[in-house]
Amino acid sequence: MTTDTNKFVIPIGPQHPALKEPANFEFWVDGEIVTGASVRLGYVHRGIEKGAEARTWTQNLYLMERICGICSHVHATAYTLGVEKLAGVAAPPRANAIRQLMGELERIHSHMLWLGVAAHEGGFDSLFMYSWRDRETVMDLLEKISGNKVHYSANLLGGVKFDITPELAAEIHKGLDFLEERNKFYLKVITTDETFIGRTRGIGTMTTEKAEFLGAIGPTARASGIARDIRVDAPYLIYDQFPVKVMTHTSGDLHGRFIVRINETFESIRVIREILDHLPGGELTTRVPRRIPAGEAVSRVEAPRGELLYFVASNGSEKPERVKVRTPSLCNWSTVLSLAIGLKLADMPMLLSGIDPCFSCNDRSVGLKSANQDPQIWSWEKLRQYGIEYYR
Amino acid sequence: MIQQTLNSSWQGILSKVKNWARINSPWAIHFNSGSCNGCDIQILATLTPRYDVERFGIKLQGSPRHADVLICTGPVTMQARDALLRTYEQMPEPKFVIAVGSCGLSGGVFHGCYNIVGGINELLPVDVFVPGCPPRPEGIIYGVAVLLEALKTGKHPEPVQWSGGGFDGMLHTGSGLEDHHG
Repeated sequence: MTTDTNKFVIPIGPQHPALKEPANFEFWVDGEIVTGASVRLGYVHRGIEKGAEARTWTQNLYLMERICGICSHVHATAYTLGVEKLAGVAAPPRANAIRQLMGELERIHSHMLWLGVAAHEGGFDSLFMYSWRDRETVMDLLEKISGNKVHYSANLLGGVKFDITPELAAEIHKGLDFLEERNKFYLKVITTDETFIGRTRGIGTMTTEKAEFLGAIGPTARASGIARDIRVDAPYLIYDQFPVKVMTHTSGDLHGRFIVRINETFESIRVIREILDHLPGGELTTRVPRRIPAGEAVSRVEAPRGELLYFVASNGSEKPERVKVRTPSLCNWSTVLSLAIGLKLADMPMLLSGIDPCFSCNDRSVGLKSANQDPQIWSWEKLRQYGIEYYR
Repeated sequence: MIQQTLNSSWQGILSKVKNWARINSPWAIHFNSGSCNGCDIQILATLTPRYDVERFGIKLQGSPRHADVLICTGPVTMQARDALLRTYEQMPEPKFVIAVGSCGLSGGVFHGCYNIVGGINELLPVDVFVPGCPPRPEGIIYGVAVLLEALKTGKHPEPVQWSGGGFDGMLHTGSGLEDHHG
């Protein structure tokens, strides 16, 4: 790699001004053209999955929520659904409706956040400031419901904590009207602005076959024409009663990813209105035993970035035996690294943010096996040295 | 060089001017040492029109070599530890650290996980702690304001008791300030 003298390597990170999270990228360039790319993750690995085994079922709810600060509610929902499946209880319909409502509000907040960050990477700071200003509206709504802006902790095992009162519903309606108006404006901007189209159209084009081959998921895959959405394919909560339409686009480039995400925002707004108008009545919580019966469960939900999968195993005690999380960001990295080749270096920040990367949820540790030593035991120094040598 | 050639009275004036400039326009650098992004999006939100810290002269800066204040989040993972130390060492003197978020204070919800150091003050001298999971943007701005006030008076920041306001109480230590304003 670096020993080849014909290649010029540009390292970016782990502390870098473009993205707010630590990750290290290496781009090999020939003049302005990128000839290769590699990513080094792992700066945010905290050991959450192992930590979950030392906490009780209820404590884990708060730990899982803090896997990611942008899509926190959806993590807690996936975990709760898995545990409820194990315990053999079902949350009341009203609780499920409120969970879905929070999830869709969170999707609006996440997509607007992404729109701003992606525009910022493209040097379009006015759009960044506009979309973040308007995003505060949905943050305010979430705060009014739950009392916190980022980690709402709306979920309980067997229900939700917060109710939607008629006054609150009226305020949400008002906020949604404003957001719909603004998002129409953004859709107009990204489809008509010459500069913006120049930076996005035809950049990082991924065909449907390539997207399937690279295992792209979420809006990144939907922008390449793959109609795949867990909310439709395997409805959870009450998505069967309040269905969403899968938003796809055929272009497969960065521009398509913008359009898909903004259209999803409209779809979320529509579903939230529908839920508010037909909110089922009844209890908010149901009783869940403290000890969860032994067994294994898998739950899948659609996070703003794609499919999120939780595997929960119980041995019948107060603590889980194993919690495995498969997050969407990790699945999309291969698309960035393979699409980068042949593009200009200046397109890299936008291509990177095009998949809406979220590093805090994709850093894993993997057990390594060496032929001539004990496969299980690695000291920190040895592991670190191995990491340095590996990426050299 | 300047310090060697100027006499003490000029040096006093020069340091006053530098302090005045620093208080009126502190440049900050943001480092995520393994947080969940919650605090980071709140820090970013302070730059956007609703809060807009740039009107106070505070600017988020990309390079550590241009920064006065390190705004740090996260429980410091073992991987990010060296990068955090390197970033801090690249900053010119005098430098100040603001730890944002519960996990920056003590490891927070990740307490006991195997891959974290647990708290930024295990590694760096922290001047202001902003608690909350995550703190509100107002809280972060207030944290910076407290630091600037302390620079102005040269006194250690006092712990602020929570009075039922919009954000949680602030706890301050003056460990870093001591070296710069004896």
